[in-house]
Amino acid sequence: MARVVVDVMPKPEILDPQGKAVLGALPRLGFDLVTDVRQGKRFELQVDGEITDEVLAEIEKVAETLLSNPVIEDFEVHVEDRSVAEVAHEAGR
Amino acid sequence: MKVGVVTFPGSLDDVDARRAVSIGGNEAVPLWHGDDDLRGVDAVVLPGGFSYGDYLRCGAISRFAPVMTSVIEAAGKGMPVLGICNGFQILCESHLLPGALIRNDHRKFVCRDQRLRIERVDTPWTSAYAAGAEVTIVLKNGEGGFVADEATLDLLEGEGRVVARYLDGNPNGSLRDIAGISNERGNVVGLMPHPEHAVEDLTGPGTDGLGFFTSLAEHAFA
Repeated sequence: MARVVVDVMPKPEILDPQGKAVLGALPRLGFDLVTDVRQGKRFELQVDGEITDEVLAEIEKVAETLLSNPVIEDFEVHVEDRSVAEVAHEAGR
Repeated sequence: MKVGVVTFPGSLDDVDARRAVSIGGNEAVPLWHGDDDLRGVDAVVLPGGFSYGDYLRCGAISRFAPVMTSVIEAAGKGMPVLGICNGFQILCESHLLPGALIRNDHRKFVCRDQRLRIERVDTPWTSAYAAGAEVTIVLKNGEGGFVADEATLDLLEGEGRVVARYLDGNPNGSLRDIAGISNERGNVVGLMPHPEHAVEDLTGPGTDGLGFFTSLAEHAFA
């Protein structure tokens, strides 16, 4: 079993009210280093067998058709061995 | 005329829309999202609400409901289709209309009586209005900000496809105060405010919304 991750982000020119809300909250909590926040979505997709060019092409199609709206969002597809849950577990969180 | 009103899981205003269709002098026909049969209707209304819980993006999953395959095909042949609020979002996700609707710029849900100017009146949904008519109908949305790139906005303006524009202040950050648009032919109209909630004196801000439901008959006889 292999994992492919699709990251979806609002296009730079599209207003991101959620990211702005998070950015606005940070100084109130004493976090002063962050200068901008954009909020997007991460999809962890599991596929059977090996990741081939054909598999990646299909995932690109999934990302383009359903996971993102090309009018307002950009997406990026990449292979990733570990899920966020696995990374967090290993880090002891 | 027979006007179908689609119920998706999470539709809220389908009953009000059917009632408005009847008050407007047409026969309301309930349509089901999971059924691709349009039951011989002459026009379709996609009502407001939170279809599929607004999961992923508003309207993103409804777009792939079986009924939408038939609606998209019929719209392509010229059938009048009106998408209200969540219905507008579904029409954009279906690429029947350009642009997209994103979260309100002020991040709050807005619910108020909204003044609008009706700008395109040669559509089957707006022919009962005089060009430039100023009306008040209900607006209620959390993700009603209409966005599109500059070229698309210029195209919409240039071809006279802005159907309605907000007056007295922009309630949700929609670019160029756009409240509703149409496709090139004019048979497909998307509108963020809710005319179906403004068809009777007893409830709502008045009857200014009725024209969206009486236009069909006028258009048919025109």
